[in-house]
Amino acid sequence: MSDPQQPWTNDAAIEEIRREMIRFAQLQLRDAVLAEDVVQEALVAALANAKDFAGRSALKTWVFAILRNKIVDHIRQQSRTTNVSALASEEESLDQSFETLFKGNDHWRSENRPTNWGDPEESLRQQRFWDVFDACLNHLPENTARVFMMREFLEFETAEVCRELRITVSNCNVILHRARNGLRRCLEKSWFAPGEQPC
Amino acid sequence: MLSCKEVTHKLSEAQDRELSLSERLQLEVHLAMCHGCRNFRKQMTFLRMACRRYMSGKLSSDGDS
Repeated sequence: MSDPQQPWTNDAAIEEIRREMIRFAQLQLRDAVLAEDVVQEALVAALANAKDFAGRSALKTWVFAILRNKIVDHIRQQSRTTNVSALASEEESLDQSFETLFKGNDHWRSENRPTNWGDPEESLRQQRFWDVFDACLNHLPENTARVFMMREFLEFETAEVCRELRITVSNCNVILHRARNGLRRCLEKSWFAPGEQPC
Repeated sequence: MLSCKEVTHKLSEAQDRELSLSERLQLEVHLAMCHGCRNFRKQMTFLRMACRRYMSGKLSSDGDS
């Protein structure tokens, strides 16, 4: 069983994949202990059904697909006991700060107008950008982030997100809008701000 | 005439469902003369792209592209 070509027997390769999985699961679940458990489950499930992998990247694709399903299961379970649409104070303060972007007639205040991010694709090639992106995701309120991640990372259709989390479509829309706007503002401030003035 | 605030909601929903013809027309009228909202739209497109890239970094190759 210890074929050096097989990534399963390469501890360093597995450890690296495991670290990445934990980071991803933590982002989704916001719970370090649970994230470790889910990753463990996913790895065991993957190993139990071990196939011959041509290499590290095939293995990685496979375990992340399993991890995704495990995370979805946990979110389903949690949604039975938590009310995702309940507004925590974090959500309220995010909404309040959104309101301050506008004048009385609901048009942008000039100082808050969304800025031109230039060629943002360039950013996607920079590791520093992804650190900021992670930090901004972590900065979103928990329930808001959960809905957003189901939609954007786990790639549920909006209707499925609503069904899974037992919220109405309009509620879902409000939450996704809150998440996107929160993320947009965080990136604008922390990454796209021109020149990062040292004031 | 849509306000900027309403436009942000429509642009977010446009990521989740196909807008109706009248919604699209109203949006275009607004966007034609509001560069803040045009930037907002580009930012929404960028967010979608970043999320896709984030996942494909995890689900393909070695993730360090």
